[in-house]
Amino acid sequence: MTQSTPSLAAPVYSDRVVRNFALASVLWGVVGMLVGVVIAAQLTWPELNFGISWLSYGRLRPLHTNAVIFAFGGCALFASSYYVVQRTCQVSLFAEKLAMFTFWGWQAVIVAAAISLPMGYTQGKEYAELEWPIDILITIVWVAYAVVFFGTIGVRKVRHIYVANWFFGAYILAIALLHIVNSAAIPAGFMKSYSAYAGVQDAMVQWWYGHNAVGFLLTAGFLGMMYYFIPKQAERPVYSYRLSIVHFWALIFTYMWAGPHHLHYTALPDWAQSVGMVFSLVLLAPSWGGMINGVMTLSGAWHKLRDDPILKFLIVALSFYGMATFEGPMMSIKTVNALSHYTDWTVGHVHAGALGWVGLITMGSLYYMVPRMFGQTRMYSVRAIELHFWVSTIGIVLYIAAMWIAGVMQGLMWRAVNPDGTLVYSFVESVKATFPFYVVRLAGGLLYLGGMLIMSWNVVKTALNGRTVSAPIPAVAMA
Amino acid sequence: MESLYLLLPLSVLLVLALIGVFGWAVNAGQFDDLDREGWRVLEENRGETLATARTPFDPDQA
Repeated sequence: MTQSTPSLAAPVYSDRVVRNFALASVLWGVVGMLVGVVIAAQLTWPELNFGISWLSYGRLRPLHTNAVIFAFGGCALFASSYYVVQRTCQVSLFAEKLAMFTFWGWQAVIVAAAISLPMGYTQGKEYAELEWPIDILITIVWVAYAVVFFGTIGVRKVRHIYVANWFFGAYILAIALLHIVNSAAIPAGFMKSYSAYAGVQDAMVQWWYGHNAVGFLLTAGFLGMMYYFIPKQAERPVYSYRLSIVHFWALIFTYMWAGPHHLHYTALPDWAQSVGMVFSLVLLAPSWGGMINGVMTLSGAWHKLRDDPILKFLIVALSFYGMATFEGPMMSIKTVNALSHYTDWTVGHVHAGALGWVGLITMGSLYYMVPRMFGQTRMYSVRAIELHFWVSTIGIVLYIAAMWIAGVMQGLMWRAVNPDGTLVYSFVESVKATFPFYVVRLAGGLLYLGGMLIMSWNVVKTALNGRTVSAPIPAVAMA
Repeated sequence: MESLYLLLPLSVLLVLALIGVFGWAVNAGQFDDLDREGWRVLEENRGETLATARTPFDPDQA
């Protein structure tokens, strides 16, 4: 101890909660993707539920979606927003103990979901299945999250609020609003409730929630990661900071109105469907502006992409973001939707966004944060990051290509009519024809899960080889 | 379509609130020197090294 330990004298960042959330994200990523592989196998060979109710597809599917979105993605968002807001505001977290409460509270939500969903407790709302006692816990944790995040912004030492924090802030506020409105329900005993809305009203509120959960949690939140970790890893500023501000405001003004595209050709009034479709098409512009802005951040430093697997993760994530945000508006066009809706094309589209955009940007950001959480500058094995990148990218391509072909095939088979007006194919014939594509999808999912296992090995090795250090808050010139 | 009577006013209120926040950000000078702000996250890195140089920091001793 010849040197002074700055952790005693100088102020340090509150990184314990970041570290916990980062490790939890990796753990839940493995669990959530494993459940995904299990249900992909069940769709291929239905006997794999072994006749056990809590292993049935209908119960495991919400477990998969909740685990990957709210446990893997959610923990990564907590970790990165806490990491970024401290660094860009040059202060430690506001109410550090409350931040630790959000960690344990969120883990309690995840465990409650992992127990209650296989037992069959559900509100029956996609991506909002959890029953009312868990919903209340989510609300409490989320309010604490908002207090910590906006409190930190409030005590910031840098006058300008960095663009990533705008995205994180919008995601936190929007999820609070969506969760409270959509989960409004009348309890009918413990773990049983009825929605406050009925019929098509319920459907509209559900998809206002569902689409904006995609827009604000899976898009805005992860764009916050993108706008911080790509410049940091590339050591270049955002290509156009001005465009990133335009990207933010354009995105949040248009996203809220696109939900009805989930309800084309239903009892929802036709004009509401058309409004949803038009706003979905408008969304293409800010989405692609943001994608190009992120990719062009590498201009003048393209060679880094060749050697740096973390940048590969981040930039390829953006290309999947571009693909998914082109495909989404296209699928929201009513005539295209007439073919694609209810087919596996939708599943392919969601996974282009989930595996490609959300997954890869999260993994890239975790590869940046995790070594720094353990006093290192790089992961234990950089070659393992490279391997993870290729394994998961090949997995994604297999997955989405299989689902595209399967989806278009199903749509065409379902709409095929004989000259006398009868259907050419029965439904089960389309299921049978999908079998080979389900096998390919399973292979893609296995590769993606394999990549996640490589990552967890790398993270454990990095953690064991490093030690937790408190990073001092640098004293840079304020503006 | 009673749900639209909830969702439409909610969305309109939200847009008004967003316009308010945007107005605050513009008036507070958040967007006055955007070219500078893009570089700042990278300087914060440099700041970290500077701070480390000023107060020698040995991870093994922490």
